[in-house]
Amino acid sequence: MAEKELTVDKKEVTNSQEYTREGPVFNPDVDIYETDSELVLIADLPGVLKENLDIDLNENTLTINAHVTQTQKGTIVYKEYDIGDYKRSFTISNVIDQSKIQAELKNGILRVVLPKAEAAMPRKIEIKT
Amino acid sequence: MAYTTIFRPTNRLYQYDLLQNEMNRLFDNFFGTQRRTTGSNVFPSLNAYQDAENLYVTAELPGIDVSDIEINVEGDTLHIKGERKLTNTDKDVRYHRQERGSGQFSRTIHLPFPVNSETVTAEMKLGVLTISLPKADEAKPRKINIKTA
Repeated sequence: MAEKELTVDKKEVTNSQEYTREGPVFNPDVDIYETDSELVLIADLPGVLKENLDIDLNENTLTINAHVTQTQKGTIVYKEYDIGDYKRSFTISNVIDQSKIQAELKNGILRVVLPKAEAAMPRKIEIKT
Repeated sequence: MAYTTIFRPTNRLYQYDLLQNEMNRLFDNFFGTQRRTTGSNVFPSLNAYQDAENLYVTAELPGIDVSDIEINVEGDTLHIKGERKLTNTDKDVRYHRQERGSGQFSRTIHLPFPVNSETVTAEMKLGVLTISLPKADEAKPRKINIKTA
């Protein structure tokens, strides 16, 4: 797949349901790819502290919920981007081994590795002669 | 190259922006929607903050290595240049989604007052870049004493 260009549009969540906390909520940009043994999700979450990040797997729904606390000194004088929380959900197929999911947050990037269950691994079938 | 002037009241463009913002606000209030996006298509988006001593310019640059960013201050001009490289994945992966961008970026902005370019510092934290630009002495606020007769 061709590489994507850098863009700045933060996609705000448009939802009829409101959040209790005031302020914008964004859909983070993600890459999701699959290998033979796992599914990998990478999300851009700038400004998110590890303790404010919640990854939750409920039945087949993986939800990323991140709260961003603003600590910038001074008063704002010029603004091109908004700061807000991140939220996004994905439906994950049940071929994932839910007990082995691992997540890592580093430098504003979240990486979630979802290993496939043994049963879902591709298997080569031996043909007897 | 993207060229932006930040809050310079003498600039006509700035005044046009003000008017446009005001119009947008008026319409948004009327239609009950909130407009938050700036619609600029240059990368990265920048915010600026100031206090009595410093001007802070921030940008969200998740996953960008400090060594891939170059910051230059020249008089009242600030240049930010860099590249976002995505970690290479194996060739035989199948992408379900690819939304994160990569490539080179560069921005130049005009600062509203002279800064002390010797003491500019930059910090990358949680994927957010903060550039602290100490104001030059002549740009700092001064307290004026009032004499009583």
